Amino acid sequence: MTPTLTISRLTKHFQSVEALKSVSLTLEPGRRAALLGHNGAGKSTMMKIVLGLIPHDSGEVAVCGVAPGSPAARAQVAYLPENAAFHPALTGEEQLRHYLALRGENPRQAMELLSRVGLTHAARRRIGTYSKGMRQRVGLAQTLIGRPRLLVLDEPTSGLDPVSRRDFYDLLDGLAAEGTAILLSSHVLTEVEARTDRILILSGGELVAEGTLPDLRARAALPVAFSVRAAPGHSAALAAAFPEGAQGEDGLLRLYCSQPEKLPLLARIAALGNAVVDLDVIPPSLEDIYSHFSRRDGQ
Amino acid sequence: MSRILATAVCEFRIACRNRWVSIATGMMVLFALVLAAAGSAPTGDVGVDRLSVTVASLTSLAVYLVPLLALLMSFDAVAGEVERGTLPLLLTYPVSRLQVLLGKLLAHLAILGLAATLGYGAAAVVAVWSDPGAIGGLGSLWRLIWSSVLLGATFLGAGYALSALARRPSGAAGLAIALWLLAVVLYDLALLALIVTDGGGAFTTQALPMALLANPADAFRVFNLSAAQAVAAAGGIGGAAGTIPLWQSAASLLIWPLAAIALAVAAFRKVTP
Repeated sequence: MTPTLTISRLTKHFQSVEALKSVSLTLEPGRRAALLGHNGAGKSTMMKIVLGLIPHDSGEVAVCGVAPGSPAARAQVAYLPENAAFHPALTGEEQLRHYLALRGENPRQAMELLSRVGLTHAARRRIGTYSKGMRQRVGLAQTLIGRPRLLVLDEPTSGLDPVSRRDFYDLLDGLAAEGTAILLSSHVLTEVEARTDRILILSGGELVAEGTLPDLRARAALPVAFSVRAAPGHSAALAAAFPEGAQGEDGLLRLYCSQPEKLPLLARIAALGNAVVDLDVIPPSLEDIYSHFSRRDGQ
Repeated sequence: MSRILATAVCEFRIACRNRWVSIATGMMVLFALVLAAAGSAPTGDVGVDRLSVTVASLTSLAVYLVPLLALLMSFDAVAGEVERGTLPLLLTYPVSRLQVLLGKLLAHLAILGLAATLGYGAAAVVAVWSDPGAIGGLGSLWRLIWSSVLLGATFLGAGYALSALARRPSGAAGLAIALWLLAVVLYDLALLALIVTDGGGAFTTQALPMALLANPADAFRVFNLSAAQAVAAAGGIGGAAGTIPLWQSAASLLIWPLAAIALAVAAFRKVTP
């Protein structure tokens, strides 16, 4: 399958700052990739290069097989900027009619698009009166125009409430199922974990990790935590059996081990029988994994 | 073409909401009516119809007002998009920067054309009301309208260029006012000063016609006055109009808008969102 987006050894400087260092990635049709990183990690820069808004210094970028920003590329790419802004004097419907016309589509689809993002009730109000979340929805609506082959979404869910976020990811799932490749950025790993096929972590302009969440979890090899509650009167015995554990003030014994040691440790705990009344296995959190990769170079 | 039209429709709508249409039209009508009332005295002995005299006065008005309106409408065109943050998204659409500017230009020209037609038209109605013979001056009125649109196009283009260079509305507004003062007010004052010190020498006969053609506002004035042969009624710098062939001032009127828009597109291309 020909990739929708191909980036190889992409490098970009802003004066003396190296914003992107030899970043490579490919994105196939229908795949959803999440770009994670701190502020200033290079996410927006990379997106702007893919969109052809800013030039790059070296490396190659191909969007749907053509140069980014070329008329052929722009006809097939939709973008949602980080803080979607529109002219405050226009109504949501007028703004979408304009965007439809610019894409050569029938402006009558405006109301249908607005209803897909739940904005029918405000369609005839000026955007100047909209809340941030409503403006973000107008932004989402305009990315649905036509059938874009690549969607570039910069922090798409900022300003959306949890229910709207879920609706938004449902929309994305629908688009991906139709073959649209999606590149979105986020600060929040928990939000994108179940909704994307691949996670890319940028740190200081470098792609420090890439893969599915299980991949990243395995590669990070962060310790697994166990939280064990002893039966009444067995605390001392439990502590004696696991001298490496830490007794918490809540009466729980905490144990840490690497992934391969997980089952043997579980067996040791189970061997204690009635001395243990409860047990929780806590895998490394998504935030832990994200921090592990994004802070690897001492940031 | 459809993208230019879509942009123009959108910009026209925004200008209506921002009251630019009513401000521009109101200003033109008001000033034109004041001129028509004030300029009704010196007719008769000049030997031309009343409307032609009104057109001569309107020309002097348009030289100031049309560039001002054009700059006021255009200074926000690029800088405003940058400040609102709407430019990056717009530039990812399959529309070229030239098309964006042409769309805005079309909308702003329509507003200027409307304001000029209604403003001058009001003055013409007054002139014809008091002197039915003034109907013969309709040709010069029509000429004044379309040349005002061309003059407006020049300053709209210049305004877009300044807007793209400044990238911030406040800076662009300052540059626009500076340009208006320089091109419309100070330029003529400097020329007058030079004429006075020169005393009818080489400057007045050789360099002055070129200097007038080099400034779009002066070219507009010269064109309308010499075309209407109303030089006598206008006087002042317009008196020099007689020495400049009509085709030269017409050429200046036509070339300036193209140059200004080319400049605007070049400046807009340098803007990185």
